[in-house]
Amino acid sequence: MAKGILGRKVGMTQVFDENGRLIPVTVIEVSPNVVLQKKNVVTDGYEAVQLGFMDKRAKLANKPETAHFTKANTTPKRYVKEIRLSGMSEYEVGQEVKCDIFAAGDYVDVTGTSKGKGYQGNIKRHNFHTAANSHGSKYHRGVGSMGVIAPNRIRKGKPMPGRMGHETVTLQNLVIVRSDVENHLLLVKGNVPGPNKSLVIIKNAVKKQN
Amino acid sequence: MSQQIIQKVTESFIKTDIPEFRPGDTVKVSVKIKEGNRERIQVFEGLCIKKQGGGVSETFTVRKISYGIGVERTFPVHAPIIDKIEVVRQGKVRRAHLGYIRGLSAKASRIKEKR
Repeated sequence: MAKGILGRKVGMTQVFDENGRLIPVTVIEVSPNVVLQKKNVVTDGYEAVQLGFMDKRAKLANKPETAHFTKANTTPKRYVKEIRLSGMSEYEVGQEVKCDIFAAGDYVDVTGTSKGKGYQGNIKRHNFHTAANSHGSKYHRGVGSMGVIAPNRIRKGKPMPGRMGHETVTLQNLVIVRSDVENHLLLVKGNVPGPNKSLVIIKNAVKKQN
Repeated sequence: MSQQIIQKVTESFIKTDIPEFRPGDTVKVSVKIKEGNRERIQVFEGLCIKKQGGGVSETFTVRKISYGIGVERTFPVHAPIIDKIEVVRQGKVRRAHLGYIRGLSAKASRIKEKR
């Protein structure tokens, strides 16, 4: 069954496993999510659960928003996201979703917004090779050829310099190392997209089953 | 706040009974080795040539000369496989990282004891 939860990336550290090996982990703070709305095929055309995560000041919520939150009997939330899933009978509006939906050893996909790198050249942005620095070369980190002459234009999709990063990235098949329900923390092996304190969406893995 | 959460996650791994030692000190590291079901302890004694990192990620490197060949082993300070660490001798050095000692002969690589 599909399941998912919203969290906030705290940072990276290391923990020892039962064999005494040091594992790199990302700590994700998963304070209880609240189900704000259930979407179904009849009225919305698809099935999804709308989750709210992290409180914000009531002053920051506008009137329609406030009404939406009061319907679910909860305080205004900073992040509101939908998780597509089927068979939502176990979810109720106003219900809390906690990190105990995942256990240690589960495979998950984690989605986040990658760190912005600003305006970058082709070397960094598209993994181009650098040209010779010496032997009389006067061309070092340039774009290179614009492609064939024949069409008298630059072909679509030609890799060029531009804004890099700050895009939605999903890492698949990450392993949950620990699910701490008491402190509302998830420990995921390896890294997770985005800077610290950013929103991440944790869903169970699409490709790898437990 | 973030650092406090990370501290909370790792505090159960942090050992408090580790003696204070610095690069330049000669240390005896008792390492637990598993052979099938049996567990025994092997001692790795040598010169601590560097310490790096902090918290649960802190590591130190021990160098010894084994049958004429230099052997270096890096351990996490808080590793569960370490039974205990003993400081045999405190050395007087002026560097935090004693990489220069690798190229020296046995006689030149002697370190004065701290008094």
